[in-house]
Amino acid sequence: MTVQATVDALWRLESARIVAVLSRLVRDVGLAEELAQDAVVAALTEWPVKGVPVNPGGWLMTTARHRAIDRLRRDDRLAANIAELGRAVEHHQEEQEEQDDVLRLIFIACHPVLPAEARVALTLKVVGGLTTEEIARAFVVPVPTVAQRIVRAKRTLADKHIPFELPPAEELAGRLASVLEVVYLIFNEGYTATAGDEWLRPELTYEALRLGRMLAELAPDEPEVHGLAALMELQSSRNAARLTPEGDPVPLLEQNRGRWDRLLIRRGYTALLRAQHLKKPAGPYVLQAAIAACHARAFRPEDTDWPAIAALYASLHRLTSSPVVQLNREVAVAMAEGPETALEMVDEIAGDPALRGYHLLPSVRGDLLARLGRVDEARAEFERAAALTGNRRERDALLSRTEI
Amino acid sequence: MTLNGGVAAADEQLYAEMGKFVEELTSAGVLLATGGLAMQGTHASASGGRVTFTDGPYAEAKETIVSFALLEVRSKEEAIELSRRFWELVGDGEGDIRQVFGPE
Repeated sequence: MTVQATVDALWRLESARIVAVLSRLVRDVGLAEELAQDAVVAALTEWPVKGVPVNPGGWLMTTARHRAIDRLRRDDRLAANIAELGRAVEHHQEEQEEQDDVLRLIFIACHPVLPAEARVALTLKVVGGLTTEEIARAFVVPVPTVAQRIVRAKRTLADKHIPFELPPAEELAGRLASVLEVVYLIFNEGYTATAGDEWLRPELTYEALRLGRMLAELAPDEPEVHGLAALMELQSSRNAARLTPEGDPVPLLEQNRGRWDRLLIRRGYTALLRAQHLKKPAGPYVLQAAIAACHARAFRPEDTDWPAIAALYASLHRLTSSPVVQLNREVAVAMAEGPETALEMVDEIAGDPALRGYHLLPSVRGDLLARLGRVDEARAEFERAAALTGNRRERDALLSRTEI
Repeated sequence: MTLNGGVAAADEQLYAEMGKFVEELTSAGVLLATGGLAMQGTHASASGGRVTFTDGPYAEAKETIVSFALLEVRSKEEAIELSRRFWELVGDGEGDIRQVFGPE
């Protein structure tokens, strides 16, 4: 195994911690990451000669910390941070403090002053430890685009003097929502890619799951954190069943449930229970996780508790007033009460401008029409749905349904 | 990651350190499951359509898996680095790092 491979692996495992601790010292995420990278360069120079140290992660942290201390000593602008310097020199850092630093890092990378795309890129870079190239590949965008997003994001954080702090209590809910949104965006791009030829990008769902599990440990008193973790675990549990061997998507009710990953389902239930034990009102992620859990509990599609799902969607709709949620509720009602009722309900909301261009609307109508035996109308709806999706695999799947 | 038998019994300090390590990996989302396996078991052998069961024990303690940890990592190198930390805590002994194949 080459030193380069060892260092790469260590970076992925340790960089969040290192960059977080350094960010607190130098009060600048961009600079912190730079200094941490210096430590990596030092490792690549030293280790091939002296051998990999006994505790390579600790070596990187210590070296990076020394770089930060040097920088603090030399740079007057940072001198105000002299108290931190004293503590850093003493090399005394409680583990809990380190954990809090990581949480601060997540909050700052997901800060609402940054546009969503920048938040996503910065989080993957400094918390996930991904390279700019990896992020660009995962999102099917050019490398310079991602590089620029990250540079701009770091500059914005510095220019606006965003403090490296946990949000004050009155801002916590909004700031946490921003963090969860970033994680779920990453997850969804991996789970149902909106661009490109492949429908699933496991590396992104993996990163999102990792972030979600980290958050669950860092902010254990927030039900939505566990709700999101549960939702992602439960959705991921279906990965093996969601695609045909050719890579085409398989609808939920046609999936081979034997291939659902029981370990992930169990982790999802556990996370959902943790959320529910906090005895706070259920937020959107907890509700969505509860819906996913209803599906996971049904060993056969016909065992699905559709009335429960419809009720959960109704609660979710009260929180979000999203027409997409409304649409999903109607699908659940259709399953509980039959396609006729559901089609009437769908047609009531079909004119909502927010649903214009949303490919699942014609797709749902198509399903309902097909179940009512109105084959020609169903075919037209599937064609319309196919024309609206940007993902090739999904388009193929929809077009194959026109052959009713 | 597996650990073979023949490792010195854990003392209180190792329990505490291992507990912290396990907690850290769990919170990092890396450690999915751990478990211990009894040394004694039942050996199954199938030959020509006949299945025979015999009681353990097995040949050599240090060739027998006594515990496992299921890790989700992106590369063999990451698994090796985590294993390095594990062995730093445990001391002398043997084990293996093997890839688990899907359901994915």
